[in-house]
Amino acid sequence: MSLNTQINAHQTTTLDTFSQGVKDCIPTLLGYISIGLAFGVIAITSNLSVFEIFLLSVLVYAGSAQFIFCGLYIAGAPFSVIILTTFIVNLRHFLMSLTVAPNLTRYSPLRNIGFGTLLTDETFGVAVTKLMKEKHIGGNWMDGLNITAYLTWIASCTIGGLLGKWIPNAESWGLDFALIAMFCALLVLNLIDIGKSKLMHYLKLIALMAIILYILLYFMPGHLAVLIATMIVATVGVVTEK
Amino acid sequence: MTTTVPMILLMLGCAIVTWLPRVIPFMLVRNVELPDVVLRWLKYIPVCILSALVIESLFNADGSIVTFDWLNLAAFIPTLIVAVFTKSLSKTVVVGVVSMAILRYFF
Repeated sequence: MSLNTQINAHQTTTLDTFSQGVKDCIPTLLGYISIGLAFGVIAITSNLSVFEIFLLSVLVYAGSAQFIFCGLYIAGAPFSVIILTTFIVNLRHFLMSLTVAPNLTRYSPLRNIGFGTLLTDETFGVAVTKLMKEKHIGGNWMDGLNITAYLTWIASCTIGGLLGKWIPNAESWGLDFALIAMFCALLVLNLIDIGKSKLMHYLKLIALMAIILYILLYFMPGHLAVLIATMIVATVGVVTEK
Repeated sequence: MTTTVPMILLMLGCAIVTWLPRVIPFMLVRNVELPDVVLRWLKYIPVCILSALVIESLFNADGSIVTFDWLNLAAFIPTLIVAVFTKSLSKTVVVGVVSMAILRYFF
């Protein structure tokens, strides 16, 4: 009992409320809005209608896959190729869901389907950062985070589509870089709370990641290299931990 | 505001293959208790996958030799510095986008 109180005293635990989830989502919204707008603009130039842009962001809800969808669609790729590529590009979510899911098993199957359906790179990033800090995430918080991100994404993509006719060259605005910047910030936030002794271990793993990715990129497309390099380096992490 | 039946079917196909990998783990861990070594492995996934996504964007694999994507690398440096010093998602995103916009204006 006294041990428990001691542990709790060292953690800054926030409430498991929907509104706290919404609040924790706000810093990522700029990223969703930038990338969503950029996507809408690019999709319009790829001959998708505004309604199709809306539908794609509702149904697929994955930034990089939606961009690749447009690229393949305008190139006239067969449907089978588009679907298979989308599958491979989004397969990393399997690992992300597997990482988050063990922390939410106390909720009903239906709510768990909800958590999984709305999992993205960014909500995953925010959730694991919270897990790293507080060792705990709640379902209401997760719903607040997920639903805010989802609605913002749909709105941004659709508005980007509506604006698309007036902004012909979205790339020159640098909006596409928002995604990389967000991953970078989430990576740093995850490393901050790791502790000094573990940090060295992680930095070595990141260096190894660069080498393995470089080699893999000779043999496979980038999204597949990301997936395989992640599994290799995580395995090395477990084997080399003290 | 139009679409076609094949387009809707294509989007549904993409939706299903995106949805399954997201949801299956949530169903799986309810029924199977993951061994300790897998849980330890999963602890490394956040840092590994985030660093993989960042580093992959810094390489350019279009040619016969994989090189740096110099433009992304140049925008990445101020972005990383801001991320480390501010620990703020939104500030990092703003600096990243502005850096890239400036770089694209000149190059």
